Amino acid sequence: MAEIQQQADSGKGGKKRAKKMSTKIDMTPMVDLAFLLLTFFMLTTTFSKPTVMQLTMPVKPKPDDPPQELKASNAFTILMGENNKIYYYEGLLADDVKPELKASSYDANGIRKTLLERRQRDPKTVVLIKPADKSNYKNMVDILDEMNITDQRKYALVDISKADEELIKTSGL
Amino acid sequence: MPKVKPHRTSPSLDMTPMVDLAFLLVTFFMLTTKFAPEEAVVVDTPSSTSEIRLPESHVITISVDKDKRVFFGMDDAKPKLDLLTRVGAKYGVSFTASQAKTFSNLSSFGVPVQQLPDFLSRDNEQRKAIKQPGIPADSLNNQFIDWVVEAQAASRKEFGKPAFIAIKGDGNADVPTVKRVIKLLQDKNINRFNLITDLESKPVAGN
Repeated sequence: MAEIQQQADSGKGGKKRAKKMSTKIDMTPMVDLAFLLLTFFMLTTTFSKPTVMQLTMPVKPKPDDPPQELKASNAFTILMGENNKIYYYEGLLADDVKPELKASSYDANGIRKTLLERRQRDPKTVVLIKPADKSNYKNMVDILDEMNITDQRKYALVDISKADEELIKTSGL
Repeated sequence: MPKVKPHRTSPSLDMTPMVDLAFLLVTFFMLTTKFAPEEAVVVDTPSSTSEIRLPESHVITISVDKDKRVFFGMDDAKPKLDLLTRVGAKYGVSFTASQAKTFSNLSSFGVPVQQLPDFLSRDNEQRKAIKQPGIPADSLNNQFIDWVVEAQAASRKEFGKPAFIAIKGDGNADVPTVKRVIKLLQDKNINRFNLITDLESKPVAGN
């Protein structure tokens, strides 16, 4: 239809030769299609399964089990506040003891350094992680990840107490 | 001196090897691809350095999004039917065969069981348009833990082992919701959790 009749009858009584068909076919459309499919499948395929981070929580204590005592000298508490803020103090918080609260950060020179130093000083450190209600899940994952990176032997996810929140408030950090 | 004729190369090159390779790759991707299931909720997971991969099958996914909604998902289709009848019986909700079939194809959902029949009888487009409220997971109306417990029971019956529980939380999800989910599971003596994260490269030592 739209094609131009190229070989119109020339009218010359030339030798009629059997037209030699080329053995090569034009592969371009096929290649186009092949690459289209290739791109499609490459983009839609789910390459790798997501990774998981394991978190083991302590078994619920039986009512008659004595609670485990934690020595203040071994305790290291991390508090996670709102707006990606992080604080820590060494020792335990009690009515009469107010440990010094320090601010830190989630990057490599922040809490990771502190944790590594602390672990070298005291290999029996127990890290208590207390996320405040206003902190987000990413903070929690980040800090658990820090535990894996710094290879902490013992750590636990604990509920934040009123006293801890007070400590953050009064410290003004 | 004869003139040196420049050697004329044909502009059309032989594409056969390229085509061979292209088709090889097409076949490979066609056969290996497994389409990502449509998620009921967009969850942007935080990243961690953990390199443990999520198992291929028998996974229960608990998604927590940034609006404090909880979603439940299970990947095996067969125990899911069992699960639906169990939970339905518990809450006095019955499902038709076609609703059950839709349910087994659903990757995750977040509606209370009372609204589930209506939710399942809608078509895909309508279902997408509905804003799912999340599965009730508080002390008054704790449907969430029933789903998990029954799913574990169904999985145990079907495969002889409980399913792998993975928690998929959004980076901006709030901690109280995640902690509540963990607490509820701990009440059922599930103490081992797996938090789904993206992969992040490990920090280099000495940093």
